[in-house]
Amino acid sequence: MAQSVAGGGGVGAIDLRGTPSRRRRERRMKAVFFSAAFLCIVLSIAIVGSLAGGAVQFLSNVEFGTLWSSGWFPRRNLFDLKTLVAGTIMVSVIAMIVATPVGLGAAIYLSEYASPRRRRLLKPILETLASVPSVVMAFFALRFISPEIVQRFFGSDVPLFNITAAGLAVGLLVTPLVASVAEDAMHAVPNALREASAGIGARKRTTSIRVVFPAAVSGISAALILGISRAIGETMIVAIVAGGTGGSLFSLDPLKGGQTMTAAITSLATGSDQVRGTGPAYYSLFFVGLLLFLFTLALNLLSERFVRRVRTRY
Amino acid sequence: MATRVTAAESAAVAQVRRELSGRRTDVRGIVFELVLLLTLILALAVLIVLLLDVSRTAVPVLLDEGGRIFSSGLSTLPENAGIYYGLIGTLYLGIFVLVIAIPLGIAAAIYLEEYARDTRLTRLFTTNIRNLAGVPAIVYGIMGLGVFVVLLGPITGPGSVEGKSLLAGGLTISLMVMPIVIITAQEALRAVPSSIREAGFGVGATRWEVVRSHVLPYAAPGILTGAVLSMARALGETAPLIMVGAVTGFLSTSGGFLDQLQQRFTSLPTLVFAYVKKPQEEFQDLAAATILVLIVFIFVVNLGAILLRNRYERKW
Repeated sequence: MAQSVAGGGGVGAIDLRGTPSRRRRERRMKAVFFSAAFLCIVLSIAIVGSLAGGAVQFLSNVEFGTLWSSGWFPRRNLFDLKTLVAGTIMVSVIAMIVATPVGLGAAIYLSEYASPRRRRLLKPILETLASVPSVVMAFFALRFISPEIVQRFFGSDVPLFNITAAGLAVGLLVTPLVASVAEDAMHAVPNALREASAGIGARKRTTSIRVVFPAAVSGISAALILGISRAIGETMIVAIVAGGTGGSLFSLDPLKGGQTMTAAITSLATGSDQVRGTGPAYYSLFFVGLLLFLFTLALNLLSERFVRRVRTRY
Repeated sequence: MATRVTAAESAAVAQVRRELSGRRTDVRGIVFELVLLLTLILALAVLIVLLLDVSRTAVPVLLDEGGRIFSSGLSTLPENAGIYYGLIGTLYLGIFVLVIAIPLGIAAAIYLEEYARDTRLTRLFTTNIRNLAGVPAIVYGIMGLGVFVVLLGPITGPGSVEGKSLLAGGLTISLMVMPIVIITAQEALRAVPSSIREAGFGVGATRWEVVRSHVLPYAAPGILTGAVLSMARALGETAPLIMVGAVTGFLSTSGGFLDQLQQRFTSLPTLVFAYVKKPQEEFQDLAAATILVLIVFIFVVNLGAILLRNRYERKW
């Protein structure tokens, strides 16, 4: 049969197909790999399903008036969403006030100024900072950032548990992420641009700020958006430091305690009636989780679009 | 008139010459560079202050009663409380990541990089994985609560455990880090040049044979680095474990890993969370001691990843 395909007694495609056992193993391995990849789709469905299921339960049991009231007190059936959103936004804004200059500064230095040797020495510092568990950073915020920085600068009548200390700590945790994504973007700028700039007599500083930075601006925006998304989703720091255990009144004062979406979920899970229950308070956890998921998903998709714009340019 | 022009011209020429050959230092440029360097030093300073602050409390505590802390379980009395179950729990969670997240993640990456053609389904997979990597940890916790604790509760933790078992926690954590394993492994596989693959196909190897004998050995350091980093991430994570009910109270521990699967569990970071929340000063000391142990654990794992990468970093 092989000869009929190849003609004239040569070797044909069918001879090269290998033995049936090899082909069978090949198919088996492909199926294994495919199911591993497919598991991620299942995982997404599980995430969306469990969030949406609980959220629907919550919305069908809750009085809608309580979603816009004086504060977030799930045990008293007050589910004021603007309290959580305001707390989350305050923490993220403070975090980005820290992470934007520090992260971008570090990125410019590593990408434009550091020699390869110094880069190899300095980059692990950022990576180590990124690996600090958030619960450890929370402890540090409570022991150092809140008393030594926040209370020192804003007066000792500021409570130990406050939004500002939480925001600063989240910012430190987000900084390495911002730095590394922004650095990747600046590193990807072709050297020809730098050489052209130097060729017409620009200083290194001018080249960095006026040539490399604008060329990498999409990737840098992506880094910042990713940072915001991470800050919104950060949990342990706000759960411990922001001081919203049990509930919080609506407030826009970052020097007071407050409640964020993530902290609200955690305190529902660790509250006196534990993780399982049947009332609206239990199901509100899923609803807030769904909100959080949608917020971060939107930001991640946005940053993805920015990143793709860089890729198509060069 | 003409001489005046030449005078102005020669002044301009002299100025240009001075600007081009002069040794005037670019002060603002240097200041700019220093400010940039300062941002990195700030990051370093935060790390150092954090470590010093924790060690200042933790080291005396560990020196004083380290043996007791390492061997005691959970207690409402600080003098009886320790980190034994936390250590065991963190170790077991590490086993879950090693056995579930890392192999599955690598397998998925192999499919996407080596097998999949650029179809709509493949693009859906890739986008989906990127989004999964950006989902906050606590959302994975809610998924774990919904699926492993409530839905599969009778299997993961029957009886009084109510599903809040080591199995539920381990699966949740594994699924959480799997996207990170996939993305880093994909990058490592992509960095292997296609000529290496073609050499394998050229001698008649099947795709799996090429992957196993040609691609994986070259991608191994990169894949391993990603795996190690995801392990460090898993060991330090707290929020999802709290959602699936890692306990901070009484815990019965008997038997080995398999007997523990359907029992309640705790881990080092959850212990930190529990101890930090307690008002007594002794519990704060205990929290510091736990943190030091946890940080040493994670930094060692991370250092391994960094060294691995520096050792094997290669340009094709």
